[in-house]
Amino acid sequence: MSIAEKFQSMDYGAAPEDPKEVTAWLDGHKRRFGHFIAGKWAAPKAGEYFTTSDPSSGDVIAEVAQGNSADVDAAVAAARKALPVWQALSGHERARYLYALARLVQKHSRRLAVLETIDNGKPIRESRDIDIPLVARHFYHHAGWAQLLRQEFPGYSACGVVGQVIPWNFPLLMFAWKVAPALAAGNTVVIKPAEYTPLTALAFAELAMEAGLPAGVLNIITGDGSTGAALVEHDGIDKIAFTGSTEVGRIIRKSTAASHKKLSLELGGKSPFVVFDDADLDSAVEGLVDGIWFNQGQVCCAGSRLLVQERVAETLFAKLRTRMQALRIGHPLDKSIDIGAIVAPVQLERIRKLVDEGIADGATCWQPQGTLPTKGLYFPPTLLTGVHPTATVAQEEIFGPVLAAMTFRTPAEAAELANNTVYGLAASIWSENINVALDLAAQVKAGVVWVNSTNQFDAACGFGGYRESGYGREGGREGMLEYLTPDWLNALPKTIATKKSSAVHPDDDATANADIDRTVKQYIGGKQARPDSGYSFAVHGIDGKLLGEAPLGNRKDIRNAVEAANSAAKWAKMTAHARAQVIYYIAENLIQRKEEITRRLAAAVGAPQAASEVALSIERIFSYAAWTDKFEGVVHHPPGRNITIAMPEPVGTIGILAPEEAPLLGLLSLLLPAIAMGNTVVAVPSEKYPLILGDLYQVFDTSDLPGGVVNLVAGKPSELGKTLADHDGVDAIWCFRSDEDAAMVKAASIGNLKQVWTNEGHAYNWFDAAHAEGRWFLQHATQVKNIWVPYGE
Amino acid sequence: MSLQTTSHNTKPPMPIVLNGRLLEANRRIPLNLDWVEEVRVNTSAVERRAATLGTRRTVKKENQAAWLLRAIACMDLTTLSGDDSAERVRRLCAKARQPLQRHIVEGLGIADLHITTGAVCVYHAYVETAVKALEGSGIPVAAVSTGFPAGLSPLAERVEEIRRSVEAGASEIDIVITRAHVFNGEWNALYDEIAAFKDACGAAHMKSILGTGDLMTLRNVARASWVAMMAGSDFIKTSTGKEAVNATLPVSLVMVRAIRDYAEKTGMAVGFKPAGGIKTAKQSLDWLSLMKEELGRPWLEPSLFRFGASSMLGDIERQLEHYLTGRYSATYRHPIA
Repeated sequence: MSIAEKFQSMDYGAAPEDPKEVTAWLDGHKRRFGHFIAGKWAAPKAGEYFTTSDPSSGDVIAEVAQGNSADVDAAVAAARKALPVWQALSGHERARYLYALARLVQKHSRRLAVLETIDNGKPIRESRDIDIPLVARHFYHHAGWAQLLRQEFPGYSACGVVGQVIPWNFPLLMFAWKVAPALAAGNTVVIKPAEYTPLTALAFAELAMEAGLPAGVLNIITGDGSTGAALVEHDGIDKIAFTGSTEVGRIIRKSTAASHKKLSLELGGKSPFVVFDDADLDSAVEGLVDGIWFNQGQVCCAGSRLLVQERVAETLFAKLRTRMQALRIGHPLDKSIDIGAIVAPVQLERIRKLVDEGIADGATCWQPQGTLPTKGLYFPPTLLTGVHPTATVAQEEIFGPVLAAMTFRTPAEAAELANNTVYGLAASIWSENINVALDLAAQVKAGVVWVNSTNQFDAACGFGGYRESGYGREGGREGMLEYLTPDWLNALPKTIATKKSSAVHPDDDATANADIDRTVKQYIGGKQARPDSGYSFAVHGIDGKLLGEAPLGNRKDIRNAVEAANSAAKWAKMTAHARAQVIYYIAENLIQRKEEITRRLAAAVGAPQAASEVALSIERIFSYAAWTDKFEGVVHHPPGRNITIAMPEPVGTIGILAPEEAPLLGLLSLLLPAIAMGNTVVAVPSEKYPLILGDLYQVFDTSDLPGGVVNLVAGKPSELGKTLADHDGVDAIWCFRSDEDAAMVKAASIGNLKQVWTNEGHAYNWFDAAHAEGRWFLQHATQVKNIWVPYGE
Repeated sequence: MSLQTTSHNTKPPMPIVLNGRLLEANRRIPLNLDWVEEVRVNTSAVERRAATLGTRRTVKKENQAAWLLRAIACMDLTTLSGDDSAERVRRLCAKARQPLQRHIVEGLGIADLHITTGAVCVYHAYVETAVKALEGSGIPVAAVSTGFPAGLSPLAERVEEIRRSVEAGASEIDIVITRAHVFNGEWNALYDEIAAFKDACGAAHMKSILGTGDLMTLRNVARASWVAMMAGSDFIKTSTGKEAVNATLPVSLVMVRAIRDYAEKTGMAVGFKPAGGIKTAKQSLDWLSLMKEELGRPWLEPSLFRFGASSMLGDIERQLEHYLTGRYSATYRHPIA
């Protein structure tokens, strides 16, 4: 076509990015890569390789080592060996390495971007302008944390050797999200990039060599799922960080249940994109382009569920269709392409299948006119309207360029629909009314909320999910904490295996003790309730004397207690000041009953401990009443004109298996931080002296504590704990008992991927306020929601 | 009747179609205050979109050459200075007739396109000079009337100035609105003012300058755009070129979106003219891409899109020379306007 003709047509024409530098780099490696272990390339021990290919053509790019357990052993050993070397460096020295890595990423930014696009299929515009700059930003930011580690995290140390497994959708960016904070905190790393997209991580290995990073600080193992499994299950790993599917997250939680490995999971999502009738609709449409058609929709936090207020739904859909028609699909190395290739045939097949299901479920499917490239893996941008919450496409993560649209009538319904999902990763809220937007931001169950924006990422801000989107945060101060452990915790003695309690047997001794002075009941929904089982069990004192009978709880008591706890969620909406008043009042009433409670407790734990437990309990209650309105969030400062509010929110309903050793103080030490932060609780008291619940409910009942905020169910802790850990209405489970119980709740927690917190084999000293109360407990009682609020007129 | 582009230098007139709908030329409609009040503009989101307009699309080689020619064809080559003189204006007109050196035209193989600028834009005082200088070229003369750039002389005088400019041969009139009407929400007054200007224009095309740098907020820009369109403007234009901030991509995006919504509501097409601060060839590509993405191909015709620019032409000429020779050119090698 002549220039004169082009003057008339005004087409964009082709604008290919030249891949020759990357081709030369690949050829320089003879298109075959080993693992990166102990600072050197290492051939796979079994000699096996697999291929990685270009999704835009199907052509093989290179061969990559298939790691097995021997390779993982070598990598973990290298990381372990490097740990003292790395930790012997000052924060400043580590900061200089991270800074060097940031600079090297910038220096080689185009090569990394082109390589990423070739391996992954994402448009070069995205890898060039988003992925790689964010990689550099992440290393810069964390060079800063390395520098400031001592000052900003006093009393914390690195976890040790960290095993990390990352996905294929943002290969190098996820690599940076994992590696930068881990190294900044002083850990050494073994990381496995995704099978489909290992190349940029391997290119990064060369940057690490160039930066002179000490050998073994960073080790990269390539391979498939079996390699990842070998890594997370390896005994030499202290902490696991995983980003990927919820399904694999469950497998990891379960397979590591018997270990004390620290675990953070960043999993799937079905994030709502909520458009109110007073939104800037044209901007909301661009938000959707950045939300669901960014990276072909292969984004865990993609705004894949469009919820639009009925009044503007048709207008928005019309604007959306017009915009979709202008999206350009094609070769990802073309600089004018909006939508590139889907990463692998199996993903493309899955997208097709889900869209077909959506249509079968009654949705109307709209795709722009135009043809897809004949070669390569492409799927057109897709709008499904008339989707109902019952449809698979409304519930399941599609991980493709497919938007499922629903309508709502009122803000309340928007909140209900937004939260009608097992996930809770992100949400995008569009309204020109700050009251409307922030009201929903507060209600939505998501770790990241973008007001009038979407898919905003920055190293300074926390990212991570609620519910089955996982736990733990990446980025910012909250992300650093995932790679650190308090020194005092490491210094605690290990738990000694306690003998199986013989106390809990139905009706044991009961007939022989007609003169029992006390019979306590379960405490459920603010009421004393007989156990569903109709059984009680005898509780004996230290001298073997019968102290009374405790109700023997079963599954149904737990069910009722969880329902009561779920229904008391308005506790979280009370002001912190009001909650503090209730908690102070609990102390006041405990003081009133101090003598009698101490006397009764003494029979179970001895007089000195009883006196100490009660006295310290009063102090602890005061502490958490004080904390209620003081455990505050922070405001992050990402680049750009906006504030990002990192807000601690309650987790929800927390199941607590109280420690055996301090029946009153141990229970309260866990229960109080939970309720102070607005959670509701179902607690199983120590089987050593479950009768404490009789004293506690009298105190609670007289303290204006709303019914259902605290529920106490006595019985066999491991049995009740299993039911609690299984229960999908429980959002977190805390187990401060034996390793076996901890392993049991971890394994059972995978149903709804509830957060698990255990003593990890440490014997907490409940009598030492320096360790048994405060921020460590409050951190676990909360999850951080990052709300991005851009501003400007 | 449907509006067709009536460019003097592109051959087949192009029907104005937006999303499959054939549009008519704009004409005055009653002021609908609901449309003004319904305006929603999120500044941060608009800025984010604007920031990637130039990075999401790239044109290279022959396509880039064609796009730069398009920028020339859509350019109101402008001189609006206190030191303007008749000879200065004649020089400008000569450049408008022949924006590219002959060897470039031949090298590009575009002699048949007869590329000229879209118009020449001058003060009222030089309309006659320009009309005479452009005689036979088909290049329209645009006059900035209505007490440009402040637009605060008495209304009767401003209306009279338009009449005189039209009489002097201007076929396009760039008017400036009273910014205070926007600040005070005096939409009726604004509408009446623009309507009066339009009446005075008669058959001449009217471009309404909103003074976006003065209006400051994007919501003000959007509201003023709606009123200007309802009052019958043929074009809405960003700036006089004399404000502290002139044409920006966010402001342009807001105005272009208003044009699109207006077309969808009324079936009528309004043109757009960013003016001031657009100096480079690269910038011209950003704006062309904005028009193509947001409104489509018809808005790349001079009948619906103009740049208000003066120095941009020189940069475009240099880029085209580079396209032909592969060597970077120097400014002094190209005849000035």
